[in-house]
Amino acid sequence: MSMLPRPPLEDALPAGTFQETETRDGIPTLLVPAASLRDVAAALRDHPGCRFDVLLDVTAADHYPRRPRFDVVYHLVSTGHRYTLRVRVQLEQAEAEADVLPTLSTLWPSANWQEREVWDLFGIRVAGHPNLTRLLTPDDWEGHPLRKDYPVQVKLPVKTYEPLELTEDEFRANVEADRRARRS
Amino acid sequence: MGLEQQLDIPVLTTTVEKVVTWARKSAIWPVTFGLACCAIEMMSMSASRYDIARFGAEVFRASPRQADLMIIAGRLSRKMAPVLRRIYDQMPEPKWVISMGACASVGGVFDNYAIVQGVDQVVPVDVFVPGCPPRPESLIYGIVQLQQKIAESKL
Repeated sequence: MSMLPRPPLEDALPAGTFQETETRDGIPTLLVPAASLRDVAAALRDHPGCRFDVLLDVTAADHYPRRPRFDVVYHLVSTGHRYTLRVRVQLEQAEAEADVLPTLSTLWPSANWQEREVWDLFGIRVAGHPNLTRLLTPDDWEGHPLRKDYPVQVKLPVKTYEPLELTEDEFRANVEADRRARRS
Repeated sequence: MGLEQQLDIPVLTTTVEKVVTWARKSAIWPVTFGLACCAIEMMSMSASRYDIARFGAEVFRASPRQADLMIIAGRLSRKMAPVLRRIYDQMPEPKWVISMGACASVGGVFDNYAIVQGVDQVVPVDVFVPGCPPRPESLIYGIVQLQQKIAESKL
């Protein structure tokens, strides 16, 4: 398969911070340790030869029982130079559950929700994230469904909320509070 | 009754119960509540080709407070279940529920953690319509079955 155009990585990144790996789809792919991910990402965004201005996708893969267990995958696009780049970070389970992986939401705002999704479905914590809460599953969900050791079917009763019940005094107090809020 | 024969003017007699159930079954107002691909068939049923207006159930309301039938058209996720229950609770009595399709009835192909395996865990269901998705004729048949159920109900 023909390789896609390769960005000038040696100019943008200090040697030793990344390792280039073979892929079947021809997209240039870097393996980066979690500790240097933030610096690598900032360099890829800001270096004039790269200018990766779009973070297309943040996702993860659970390779259980491989060690390290998780891959976090970032897809970058440079609209000016027409480059595509994939960055992978490998994490052990203990690293995933400690605050090891840095957030990229300060560099690309699109990372915000996608990192929440990665945490929600894989249980990979993101250090420095502004709002690391569940995105797809309900707020009171237990476990992380896309992990390989998560059961396919959970035999739990379906949660439905009780119908809203108010006493007359509570209802009047609500109406009064609403009226005051409108007046001010 | 015998009352008809004793009067000179033409009169029909019936019971209040029959008139009320006739009125209820002849004007079913479904709430607009499509969850997945079954909703496409539901829309098709209400459009000109299958024309549910023939059975007096064509007025889909966007507010549950103006509706008395909920057609659960599609798979119900566990996250959506409280929303569905809330909408059902907002509908005025009397109200009925049709579970449309395999996913709503038993979970269908989605035998996994995210999907409710049968909406009768959340709301009481009057008619189950099988199919994946059911054809509009099937859903019309389900509505006619519901009309019979309403006609036979007691006040």
